[in-house]
Amino acid sequence: MLNESQPLGGKILTKPFLVLAAVALVGGVLIVYRYVFGLGAVTNLSDGYPWGIWITYDVLVGTALGCGGYAMALLIYAFNKWEYHPLVRSAILTSVFGYTLAGVAVFLDIGRYWNGYNLFLPWRVNFNSVLVEVALCIAAYVVVLWLELAPALLEGRPDPKAQRTRQHLKRWLPIIVSLGILLPTMHQSSLGALMIIAGPKLSPLWQTPLLPMLFLITAIAMGYAVTVFESLLSSLAFNRPYETPLLARISTIMVGFVGIYLVIRFADLIWRGQTGLIFTDSTASLMFIIENLLFLQAVIILARPANRSDNRWLFISAILLLLGGAVYRFNAFLVGYTPAVGWRYFPALPEILITLGIVALELLGYLYFVKRYPILPKAEHA
Amino acid sequence: MGLSRRNFLKAAAGGGLLAASQLSPVPVWAREPKTRLPEALGILYDATLCIGCKACMTACKEFNSLPPDPSSPEGLWDDPLDLSAKTYNIVKLYRSGTGQTKDREEDGYSFIRRFCMHCVDPACTSACPVNALSKDPVTGIVRYNKDLCIGCRYCQIACPFNVPKFEWDTPFPQIKKCQLCDHRLVRGSYPACCEFCPNGASVFGDVQSLRKEAKRRLGLPAGSQATFPVHRIDTGEYRYATVGHYFPRVYGEVDGGGTQVLIMAGVPFNRLGLPDLPPESTASHSETLMHTLYKGMIGPYVLLAGLFYLVYKNTSKKDLP
Repeated sequence: MLNESQPLGGKILTKPFLVLAAVALVGGVLIVYRYVFGLGAVTNLSDGYPWGIWITYDVLVGTALGCGGYAMALLIYAFNKWEYHPLVRSAILTSVFGYTLAGVAVFLDIGRYWNGYNLFLPWRVNFNSVLVEVALCIAAYVVVLWLELAPALLEGRPDPKAQRTRQHLKRWLPIIVSLGILLPTMHQSSLGALMIIAGPKLSPLWQTPLLPMLFLITAIAMGYAVTVFESLLSSLAFNRPYETPLLARISTIMVGFVGIYLVIRFADLIWRGQTGLIFTDSTASLMFIIENLLFLQAVIILARPANRSDNRWLFISAILLLLGGAVYRFNAFLVGYTPAVGWRYFPALPEILITLGIVALELLGYLYFVKRYPILPKAEHA
Repeated sequence: MGLSRRNFLKAAAGGGLLAASQLSPVPVWAREPKTRLPEALGILYDATLCIGCKACMTACKEFNSLPPDPSSPEGLWDDPLDLSAKTYNIVKLYRSGTGQTKDREEDGYSFIRRFCMHCVDPACTSACPVNALSKDPVTGIVRYNKDLCIGCRYCQIACPFNVPKFEWDTPFPQIKKCQLCDHRLVRGSYPACCEFCPNGASVFGDVQSLRKEAKRRLGLPAGSQATFPVHRIDTGEYRYATVGHYFPRVYGEVDGGGTQVLIMAGVPFNRLGLPDLPPESTASHSETLMHTLYKGMIGPYVLLAGLFYLVYKNTSKKDLP
């Protein structure tokens, strides 16, 4: 198993790389503008909608898309399913970028970033705040993720010092991996718990004491979906053999999570007597239906065993699931959130471009790392 | 990939730990709702006495050094439409049908003053990650400290009254809100809005006396003449006025866990833009949940120990690449 992974090699400065770099550059310029003129100059945020796509997309969806490393670690290390090990490195790499850049996005979003260090001073922190749990836990997990990735980066380095560090990390691996499972369990659920304090400002279609559980289950399901998505896409893009049998089994687990999620989601709505809100003439209703149809469609596709061995259906169902999870997060934080009558929010163009810049930066990092470091599984007959 | 019995048990243990971290049927560490502080300070606003002169708004601006906040394109007047970082206090108008009779729901109108309610169990102080918003342990005033604030705006998400406001158009923004003129209180004075209210619609005082006064007013026969304290409750200064038709409840008595600002009106409160809130504060919901999961970090440590056991066993059996 020693040479399970290998670097892809090849040119770094390809055409897609340069396009992504341009997008990231535009985002970078707008970020400078934000720091000079304030948040109002680049966003449509308001006192009614103080959180927009930087929180909803970059942090909520971004870290859920970064749950590949968590979901795979859970499977391999906690449930002893070592056959999935070839997929773990690329999953962790995606997580590293998803989480690191979510952390960066937070610093764009907070208005008084120069006071940000207060979050790390225990005597200043309010431990009753859900946001503290989220912030500290995500910060800790970013460190854990880089430690999880480090062995791959150190592998094959000739200098003895690098190899010694690698040996050290190997010895500490069980505790690093345990933290790598514990921390996302904590903060992915807490991300949902953030909205509990919004109380009646969040529509009963989403406001429930089960928010943390629903966020956690969808984050795990999205973690598997992103692993499937990323594996198929990199096989296609880099002309490598497909991992179909492994992906088929992952999708079985994934559909299990979504199935459980949908049962809890609707049982909760029925229990709270809020099913009547599903069919009303409102954007919230429409978005609720879209959210759940996306999940349901993924379940329907993957319910047929034959579809699970078909790359195309695997790809489509992974995308449906990722979209479902993303729409759920947008709904629970923006669409279903009504501070009072009269407030509206739709992201401004610079706001969207900054988010696109961050996404581009993630992809740039991914492309660079898979080409230079042993991340992707060794191609058997490439 | 058949599961051996051994592996199944391990998997079940791991899954159980994960589930246990999420599902606690009984809120074991229920956060008790906060009760009123004995020396809490507040304001009683009586919409039936308010004549909509906006003297309170002008006084608030002056004594908090706030700039004008024009809403018209010409920008000639200080005429804000809502609370903002430049406006801590606003008088709004409710109007229905012909809008003829004061303090009546149908075909009537009513003024309504909006500003920080200084909640008994504030959502903003529970949400604030760095204690930049805090409740004074004696007076119960909810205060802001810009030197701690990181500008995350979670207070804005949390506040059921949408009171904390953010400065969107500056690179060095702050959260802005009414702090019950605490800079005047330390000099022995009292909130400017109450000092400059000519009609006794806004009265400053200790919340216990204000609640007693509110209850007294609800008991007065509508249309009769009665005395009403002006400016502050403890000076004995009063005026005569005709008792209005009160909506038979004091807003803030229990709403959202109670507030130190109490509101009386002739029109149902939800028509005046005051939210319908359950008697439990959202802060107590949120904190009960978090304390159930995280009290003493026991849950996370147990989960970590369980995970470590599983990961250690599983990795020592397998050689790692």
